[in-house]
Amino acid sequence: MTGDRIDMTHGGGGRATADLVAQLFRRHLGNPVLDACEDGAVITSPGDRLVLSTDGHVISPLFFPGGDIGSLAVNGTVNDLAMMGARPLYLTAGFILEEGFPLADLDRIVASMGAASRAAGVEIVAGDTKVVEQGKGDGVFITTTGLGVVPAGIAPGVTGARPGMAVLLSGTIGDHGVAVLSKRENLDFETDILSDCAALNGLVAAMLAAVPDIAVLRDPTRGGLSAALNEIAQASGVGIALNEAAIPLLPGVAAACELLGLDPLNTANEGKLVAICPADKAAALLAAMQAHPLGRDAAIIGKVTDQAGMVQMTTAFGGARMVDWLQGEQLPRIC
Amino acid sequence: MRYITAFRDGTLAQGLAARIAAEADPARAYHLMEFCGGHTHAIFRYGVQDLMPPNVRFVHGPGCPVCVLPVRRLDDAIELAERHGVILATYGDMMRVPGTARHSLIRAKAAGADIRMVYSTLDALAIARDNPGRDVVFFAIGFETTTPPTAVAILQAGAEGLRNFSVFCNHVLTPAAIDHILSSPDFAPGGLGRIDGFLGPSHVSAVIGSAPYRAAVERHGKPVVIAGFEPLDVMQSVLMLIRQINEGRAEVENEYTRVVTDHGNRKAQALVNRVFNIRESFEWRGLGTVPRSALAIRPDHAAFDAEARFALSDKQSREVKSCECPAVLRGVKKPTECKLFGNGCTPETPMGACMVSSEGACAAYWSYGRMREPA
Amino acid sequence: MCLAIPAEIVALEQGDMAVAAVEGIRKRISTALLDEVAVGDFVLVHVGYALHRLSPDEAERTLALMEEAGVLDSELDEMQGGG
Repeated sequence: MTGDRIDMTHGGGGRATADLVAQLFRRHLGNPVLDACEDGAVITSPGDRLVLSTDGHVISPLFFPGGDIGSLAVNGTVNDLAMMGARPLYLTAGFILEEGFPLADLDRIVASMGAASRAAGVEIVAGDTKVVEQGKGDGVFITTTGLGVVPAGIAPGVTGARPGMAVLLSGTIGDHGVAVLSKRENLDFETDILSDCAALNGLVAAMLAAVPDIAVLRDPTRGGLSAALNEIAQASGVGIALNEAAIPLLPGVAAACELLGLDPLNTANEGKLVAICPADKAAALLAAMQAHPLGRDAAIIGKVTDQAGMVQMTTAFGGARMVDWLQGEQLPRIC
Repeated sequence: MRYITAFRDGTLAQGLAARIAAEADPARAYHLMEFCGGHTHAIFRYGVQDLMPPNVRFVHGPGCPVCVLPVRRLDDAIELAERHGVILATYGDMMRVPGTARHSLIRAKAAGADIRMVYSTLDALAIARDNPGRDVVFFAIGFETTTPPTAVAILQAGAEGLRNFSVFCNHVLTPAAIDHILSSPDFAPGGLGRIDGFLGPSHVSAVIGSAPYRAAVERHGKPVVIAGFEPLDVMQSVLMLIRQINEGRAEVENEYTRVVTDHGNRKAQALVNRVFNIRESFEWRGLGTVPRSALAIRPDHAAFDAEARFALSDKQSREVKSCECPAVLRGVKKPTECKLFGNGCTPETPMGACMVSSEGACAAYWSYGRMREPA
Repeated sequence: MCLAIPAEIVALEQGDMAVAAVEGIRKRISTALLDEVAVGDFVLVHVGYALHRLSPDEAERTLALMEEAGVLDSELDEMQGGG
């Protein structure tokens, strides 16, 4: 490849594109299917119940403490499949690159995707690259689609919560949001907090082995834990009562949120999940989660109630408050 | 977190709750106004009212600078960004507040205006340094806590010769507002509302000290307890107010002694006096025109005064009809008594400032307290 | 009002600037509003400025007062004729 930046020829479909695919993409993502360089990936059907998921990734900044847009893209789609109880198998990745984007950065991102997909046990079997003019894209946008298989009898879903069930959380909240915010301009603060970006399929497999009738699995991403719980409450027609003291929170995340006037409940995560299961299975589920590296800090944080649509929390202070569903982005405040 | 977590301790809260219940006279009702929106937020966020006996009630005051900014001033700020080609630097709080015709800074930004959210005036100065060919206007709002940083910025800009920097000044004053509320017919005997005592603002008082509240207390005979920001501070201050009311006293007391002194931060006050004058009057959303309640940049710093540098047009600024922010801000109506509350007006689709600002009573009720019966 | 958080001064810098820290979060802030600031002081930080020093003695005293207000519970019980 000539030059050190993406230019319009890379998207032209000619030799430059082919070189980019061979020398950058396949170098990091290579596997027999991808290396065949066909127009499509032929896969032997892995089972009866297939799960498909797709996601676009536009995060800025592209590189943040603990991850980048590449690892985010892979883990995000793997997690969507895992929340359906599925074993993730294959991913596709589409790239929209802005003219002028440094090839060294692209290399880093794709290398990160390779590492993430190997860690999650998935293969990226098809991809596409397009280039847009300078100013028409924010460096790089990535769209990932994932395919997984889910065995019969396993059916966690957002409508499955019932009054009396236990609500569990796999670990500390707000890590990703704070890590990303620390790099945003005009907010810069120094922190050791890393994004929790991770593939949760291994944890989910261990959880389903211990408690096959988990009713709900959901990963709280943008919008934070509050959004995920409100989605579940609304879809299932139930309420949720939380115990603030039980919610795991890193002191640094708490402090960053205090400084900026943010609520950790509304702050993004990329490597956590909420699980809802019958109350008599909660102890077994918690044990399975805590035995897994990604669930070390897991806790039972509340229970499902019959007050439809109400997500409430008993504060560590002793009073009660609602946990509202933020639809816009959380903005730092002075007041 | 040091000096924070200890003041949120649930066990101490139970003890204070019992003490308040024991000392509140069951034959009386105590209506306590928390002036400051930060206290409103804390009360709801921690569920403090759950720990109060039923005869102790909070009346939510207008101490939310976002909420009391008149619509006209917001329209002016939007105009600066849209039609004068400036880079408008603003605190996050203002981004979603609806101005006339539901237009807002966030919508203006989406349509291409160069509006940048900053955490501090330090960031606004940096933007001005990095963009010498553009005018940079800082949208200054806030009570006395937030004013000294603006003063420092203006003096810093002067020292550096940062000619492209200016400030659109909307700083307002607390004691004047407290006095105005207490003088209002709403709170005279037979009026719409009732206030028996005030929880005074924490961080305004760190700057101005406890002394400036004495005049209003002497004039109106209502006690003021300067309360810290944490929920235990609020409860301790409620206890101190109940005691004053029971004993027939009306004094300025200070609960927040770890940060508030009698005279406050003299250096900050001096810097503010160097840069700002008191406006003869200023219109507050909800309170109407309040004399000597707001600040303007002094003529000798006019080079950094956006109002002097840019000609702002005359406007027909208006709020949404049926919006009860004015009554809510005065403490005479509860958010739930506004027709629009939850009925078109939510934090996602706010119709008035009380719903946008996380300190506004409406937003606090909606986000934290919706499950309660209106008290 | 006004979001302000107690933070510890961990370093002083030129030009009225310092580094304040809470639980490992470090932020550069201005000390232009205070006369003297030393490493180890706790200050109230609001919009990137240190507004006031925090008095550890007064903090202790306030907590003690709060505790005292609650501690007479058992005596209250007795006064009211037992629990």
